[in-house]
Amino acid sequence: MTTAPIKVRAQRPEGEGQTVRREAAPTKISVRDLDFFYGRTQALHKISLRVPERVVMAFIGPSGCGKSTFLRTMNRMNDTIPGARAEGQVLIDDEDIYAPGVDVVELRRKVGMVFQKSNPFPKSIFDNVAYGLRINRLTKTKGELEERVRQALEDAALWSEVKDRLKTSALGLSGGQQQRLCIARALAVRPEVVLMDEPASALDPIATQKIEELIVELKRQYTIVIVTHNMQQAARVSDRTAFFWLGKLVEVNETEKMFTAPDEKLTEDYITGRFG
Amino acid sequence: MDYHRRLDEELDTLRDRVLLMGGETEAALQRAMYALAERDSEAARDVLESDDSIDRLEVEIDRLCIDLLALRQPAARDLRFVISVAKVTPILERIADHACNIARVALDLNDEPRLNAYVDFPRMAGVASSMLRAALDSFTGGDAAAARRVIEQDDEIDAMYERVFHDLIELMVADPSATPRAARLLFVAKHLERVADYVTDICELTVYMTEAEFIKHSY
Repeated sequence: MTTAPIKVRAQRPEGEGQTVRREAAPTKISVRDLDFFYGRTQALHKISLRVPERVVMAFIGPSGCGKSTFLRTMNRMNDTIPGARAEGQVLIDDEDIYAPGVDVVELRRKVGMVFQKSNPFPKSIFDNVAYGLRINRLTKTKGELEERVRQALEDAALWSEVKDRLKTSALGLSGGQQQRLCIARALAVRPEVVLMDEPASALDPIATQKIEELIVELKRQYTIVIVTHNMQQAARVSDRTAFFWLGKLVEVNETEKMFTAPDEKLTEDYITGRFG
Repeated sequence: MDYHRRLDEELDTLRDRVLLMGGETEAALQRAMYALAERDSEAARDVLESDDSIDRLEVEIDRLCIDLLALRQPAARDLRFVISVAKVTPILERIADHACNIARVALDLNDEPRLNAYVDFPRMAGVASSMLRAALDSFTGGDAAAARRVIEQDDEIDAMYERVFHDLIELMVADPSATPRAARLLFVAKHLERVADYVTDICELTVYMTEAEFIKHSY
């Protein structure tokens, strides 16, 4: 990979001079001039980005480009890392999530997350999905709890596969089913945004296809931001794609435009595999 | 071998095959018009024989495009190139078919008294051929500006077609015995006019390929 200086054109306000069919959708997430540091190391540089409501936004870029770091700023998952700090604004529904007094627990209920590796608790399928509902006391009756669990499993396209074995261990599920269980667990608390960090990278093609179909289905109700190394996956599931390079946002555009005629040469070089 | 070097090699192969097909198509059109103008039936038969080679190239290029799309999943400029090539080859094949039709007219007319001296065919054929050459150069060189210039020439061919059409109708009125031959020449004029339309299609693809802009039906 090249070590030559990288020219990144000054980022223009999103939508300016671009094909933006979804521009009319209300803004769910708005990031303004976000810098992010791990101690003295600056991982993100002046990121400004708008994520419209109920779209799938994909982040692509080479390893270490900052896309996962950026994803994790959206529900303050980086807060637990010693020395990590963010400067700038991340607004969700026009509320700055880094403002003093923000309830991080409530933020993470509103902005759920699914990780690369499925991480079911060593509990039953039912208890996994019910976990967030119970600790947040989001249901009042057993019937309501069961209904919310069923709904989450249906939304995650898993209900028909597990409805007869809800009391069995989640660890007995296949890798793809475990990942959909984790999605169900995230959906159970009724988030508004779902962040996915390479959710299908550890799955076989059939399980991956199910996750991708699920993502497309979920955008009817949720705003989804997905980090993926698989550019074809970004092309298949997302409405908009953002390309990151060395901690900078190089380009964000309609996915169709990004993969057929990106505005930036750096993006073109990356997606045609001609980096370096 | 490095994946992307392999992709580049395959794209180069595709470019080479399109160059070859374009060259053969251009040669077929020029030779067909030569056969008609010079009453050379041998040249007309050469054109008809060369058509199989052009058809084979079309199939070969189709397969290369499909393989590239399925196996390499090109994106951005690579994708636009492969798609444009896949759309250009049927156009070239149709131009070659028009060349064959002109060659058939030549074979029919070469044993009959000369008629085409009355009309402006050589000039029309010259413009159509030069447009095709320029369009192929712009396509293989990725030169959108040159392609746009070629598109502007289409009006010239249309005007020539109108003139040739009226000349031939007048000829038929003045000498009804010449009608069967003049009618065949009318078809030749129409073939040349269609070739220029196809040339315009190639140029539109060149603009799409290089600038990602759809200009089809925009003028």
